[in-house]
Amino acid sequence: MRVAVSASGQTQLDELNPRLGRCEYFVIVDDVSGETWAIENTGRLSTGAAGIATATLLHNHQVDVVITGNVGPNAFTALEAAEIKVYTGTKGKVQDLLEQYRNGNLSKASGPNVGPHGS
Amino acid sequence: MRISIASGKGGTGKTLVATSLALSLMDQPRPVQLLDCDVEEPNAHIFFKMKQAGSQKVFLPIPKVDYDQCQYCGKCVEVCQFNAIALMKRTLVIFPDVCHSCGGCWYLCPTEALQPTPREVGAVGISQSGSFTLVSGTLKLGTHISPPVIKAVRAKEDPDSIVIIDGPPGSSCPVMTIVDGTDYCILVTEPTPFGLNDLVLAVEMLQVLGIACGVVINRDVPENDIIDRYCEDKGLPILLRIPLKTEIARAYAKGITLVESDPHWKPKFLELYQRVVREVAQ
Ligand code: SF4
Ligand code: SF4
Repeated sequence: MRVAVSASGQTQLDELNPRLGRCEYFVIVDDVSGETWAIENTGRLSTGAAGIATATLLHNHQVDVVITGNVGPNAFTALEAAEIKVYTGTKGKVQDLLEQYRNGNLSKASGPNVGPHGS
Repeated sequence: MRISIASGKGGTGKTLVATSLALSLMDQPRPVQLLDCDVEEPNAHIFFKMKQAGSQKVFLPIPKVDYDQCQYCGKCVEVCQFNAIALMKRTLVIFPDVCHSCGGCWYLCPTEALQPTPREVGAVGISQSGSFTLVSGTLKLGTHISPPVIKAVRAKEDPDSIVIIDGPPGSSCPVMTIVDGTDYCILVTEPTPFGLNDLVLAVEMLQVLGIACGVVINRDVPENDIIDRYCEDKGLPILLRIPLKTEIARAYAKGITLVESDPHWKPKFLELYQRVVREVAQ
């Protein structure tokens, strides 16, 4: 299973960037192989609907779970269609959020928690 | 004569100028049309207690998928520049609120699985009293693309009337839609650094479009000449100054226009109009 964290840097020591559609990177961890790598969020550069582009990117990287802060309505619909589960945190380093996730301390988003433009 | 009214940011007094200008022109031989194109927040109707005579819905085509026909080839996703379609785990998802109705997806779909279907994006309302007509556009909640609704309002323009177009704030795409094809643009600003900054952007846009413009300074204070200096430098006429006065703001907040709260403004607006006519004739 692949877990992605929306981050402002490329390692587990970087901070969570709570804005799903606008974060710079996703740090991805593969639970089975234990590997960690980062991908650039090219979705953030899209002119409109960055959340949808970001969801597509995560789908293409076969991500199963994404940990982030804010999810807009379109991004949520897209992630749902891609069967990617969304967990939300507020702040901390990527490794802390992964830890919280594994311990079951993050809440699963059941719907969007921000408006269409991330506000 | 078509006059657009714009401002860099919201709340500078566009509607204050538009409503009073329209009222001051009521006894002109030509009929007057006021077009409220601030479709996200139309408010000109508040100042004219008129009953709406008719309204018309505005539709735009958006794609609808026939899942039996779709081969999940992803062509539509590729062609859509707005990310309005996503292909996920063999489901095609369409996001109506980001679709720009360009038609690319249904033209290119190899199996005709996509068909354009109408989506309501707003409405245009018309009220009339004597030779005065108010046309208001309203964007439907949850819709973000205003130019089609603005265009639907502007389709009601009567070439024999004096047309006054009250636009949305900003200097982006919707504003281009309201100034396009007008004879003159009145820019409403206030004497602050923010006001100046937005004015500069608006003037640059109008220069590119080749539309003549002049400035109305709202909430003017005598000791501040920040806008005056800019206008002098650019050779822009200052058409009117509306002073910063609590009486004006108070009446306006109650839905009373400037010319109604204080009739001595009427000749000033008439003069403003005549000045615009002269500037256009040049
Ligand atoms: S009509 Fe244009 S903008 Fe709308 S989904 Fe199709 S390609 Fe995208
Ligand atoms: S282009 Fe047509 S067939 Fe291909 S994925 Fe889109 S809707 Fe389906």
